[in-house]
Amino acid sequence: MTAFQTTGDVVSWGRVTRGLHRVARPAWPEQVAALAAEAGATPGKGLAIGLSRSYGDSGLNPGGALIGMAGLDRVHAFDTATGILCADAGLSLGALIGLALPRGFFPPVVPGTRFVTLGGAVANDIHGKNHHGAGTFGRHVTRLGLRRTDGSFHELVPSDPLFGATVGGLGLTGVIEWVELRLTPVQGAWLDAEDVPFGDLDGFFDIAAASEGFAHTVAWIDCTQGGASLGRGLFSRGNWRADPDRTVHSAKRTPALPLDAPSFALNALTLKAFNSTRYALKSQRAGMWRTHYAPFFFPLDAIGGWNRLYGARGFYQYQCVLPPPAARDGVRALLQQIARSGQGSFLAVLKTFGPLPSPGMLSFPREGATLALDFANKGDDTLGLLARLDAVVREGGGRLYPAKDGRISAAMFENGYPNLSSFRRHLDPGLSSGFWKRVQS
Amino acid sequence: MTTPCRVIILGATSAIAQATARFYAGEGAHLLLAGRNTQHLHTVAADLTGRGASAVEVEVLDLGAPTDASAQLAVMAARLGGVDDILLAYGVLGDQTQAERDVALARDLLAVNFTSAAQWCLAAANLLEDQRRGSLVVIGSVAGDRGRQSNFIYGAAKAGLGTLVQGIAHRLALRNSGARAVLIKPGFVDTPMTGHLPKGGPLWASADAVGAIVRKAADAGGPVIYAPFFWRFILLIIRVIPAPIFHKRPL
Repeated sequence: MTAFQTTGDVVSWGRVTRGLHRVARPAWPEQVAALAAEAGATPGKGLAIGLSRSYGDSGLNPGGALIGMAGLDRVHAFDTATGILCADAGLSLGALIGLALPRGFFPPVVPGTRFVTLGGAVANDIHGKNHHGAGTFGRHVTRLGLRRTDGSFHELVPSDPLFGATVGGLGLTGVIEWVELRLTPVQGAWLDAEDVPFGDLDGFFDIAAASEGFAHTVAWIDCTQGGASLGRGLFSRGNWRADPDRTVHSAKRTPALPLDAPSFALNALTLKAFNSTRYALKSQRAGMWRTHYAPFFFPLDAIGGWNRLYGARGFYQYQCVLPPPAARDGVRALLQQIARSGQGSFLAVLKTFGPLPSPGMLSFPREGATLALDFANKGDDTLGLLARLDAVVREGGGRLYPAKDGRISAAMFENGYPNLSSFRRHLDPGLSSGFWKRVQS
Repeated sequence: MTTPCRVIILGATSAIAQATARFYAGEGAHLLLAGRNTQHLHTVAADLTGRGASAVEVEVLDLGAPTDASAQLAVMAARLGGVDDILLAYGVLGDQTQAERDVALARDLLAVNFTSAAQWCLAAANLLEDQRRGSLVVIGSVAGDRGRQSNFIYGAAKAGLGTLVQGIAHRLALRNSGARAVLIKPGFVDTPMTGHLPKGGPLWASADAVGAIVRKAADAGGPVIYAPFFWRFILLIIRVIPAPIFHKRPL
């Protein structure tokens, strides 16, 4: 008798990697220990997963076992005086907002989707539009409950080395059972925001430097443009408003795409049309406006299953960070490569990371500029372009984000993460992932 | 600030009960969770407290074997200082094939899903009628709408329970009691109870979606509510298929 069932249904958000997994979905916290032990004892090892919004294979373990944690989403305690909340690792940030916002709190850091669990947020040490002021998610975590496949349980605080390995540790140091974190007090659900167009890459860095007064900043780049317009885009920035309305996002979404879009739906022409239209429309809306947090932080969540726009072959995400000395030239070189390839990205996002240190040994964010792109999977053409981008990132002393990656080499990974050898000492020998198996040299 | 809604949940650790309770918790309700597993009840109680419930009580008992349902329910109501809504949400799917061969097992399934549940419903009806307000909300099943070879023992119990609740709703309405009874008939719900079945597709609903329907049903609607609504039409068709055709399908 086993709680694990074999299925080919589990795919990551990019939908490129396919494989059979043995999956268990615990309903009660006390089931995790036995599941972790059983998964750890199987030849393919185990991995805990949340809502599978990682793009590549860091949240997959083909041939191995998965423990789906999303059903474990109970709150343990929420102190509305201090904003400290402790909950099962499967609680999503969207659900967390639903219960915390009416009482005047918001997650300290949110990524571009609310369909992320607390465990996933810790395991990838996620960042958001407020990185320059708030740092990564892990900086706000006060305690962690970690179950190892040998049955041991560890209650970790930030000073523990195992805490530093677990934050950003891609779920490889144990199964994160619960997370305690400090939420951010907010007045209401609304922000003041504005979009500032910029005509080239220097324009981006100028506006970024002049946006110190904004808690949330991000830019969208029209990467179909080359030449003098290379790096043109829209800089979006905002601050929480003193607005007492605390309306939580609607759980309703537009119907999910029922099937894959045909492969020609996103091509060089439609990409150019989309990006140019977006630039033209948004550039006309000048000045500040009042916006609800949902479209501001989670614009793509309104479209259920937007990842299927890329067709049956799926897509690759590419996110790198380049440290300050190389950032400007590096981002320029990346955009030149992309413009030349004609494989432009549907949504290219550029943001500066601040100097606040990330707490994890394998945390992705570091000071510099981070560029995130998605590319339809066109086989070797796409992989060739991504390899050329890798070369630029390596030369600039940068690194890639494992949560987005499905293909980098061991050397590329090791190059970007100097603390990798310290991290390895904390690995749970019963856990692994598609990503982890690939980057072992 | 109005007085918080006071709710008794019989079978509070079921997935649908938990999902429903979270809506009540978000409104600041005062909840009493009844069930068998002390540890699970306390886990759920902490969750609901964290989600905004003004207070959560835990009552450990074997709902499947009430000793005196009226007295036991009165004790629970007293712990809340009175009750507004009573939700009955426990049930055991059981193994149909096994229960067909093992009549004692079938008896136990019927005892839990019908005999015990009926006692709680009758006790609740009396309590609500006497206080002249409040709602009894009972989780039935579409399995009770037509006997099918795959789960007719569970289905028979839920059919019986459904008839009972309909009758209670009729009685409470006729007497202008101010109290109500509602039967919820969920279709396929993604819960641990159905963990062994292949899932996905448009017919499967989340416990959260059904919980939202249950919460609304406590305030208005009924007396029979399918969850989600489209099951009413699916079951309408299933009920009218002539037996000679129906008997050729392994439904």
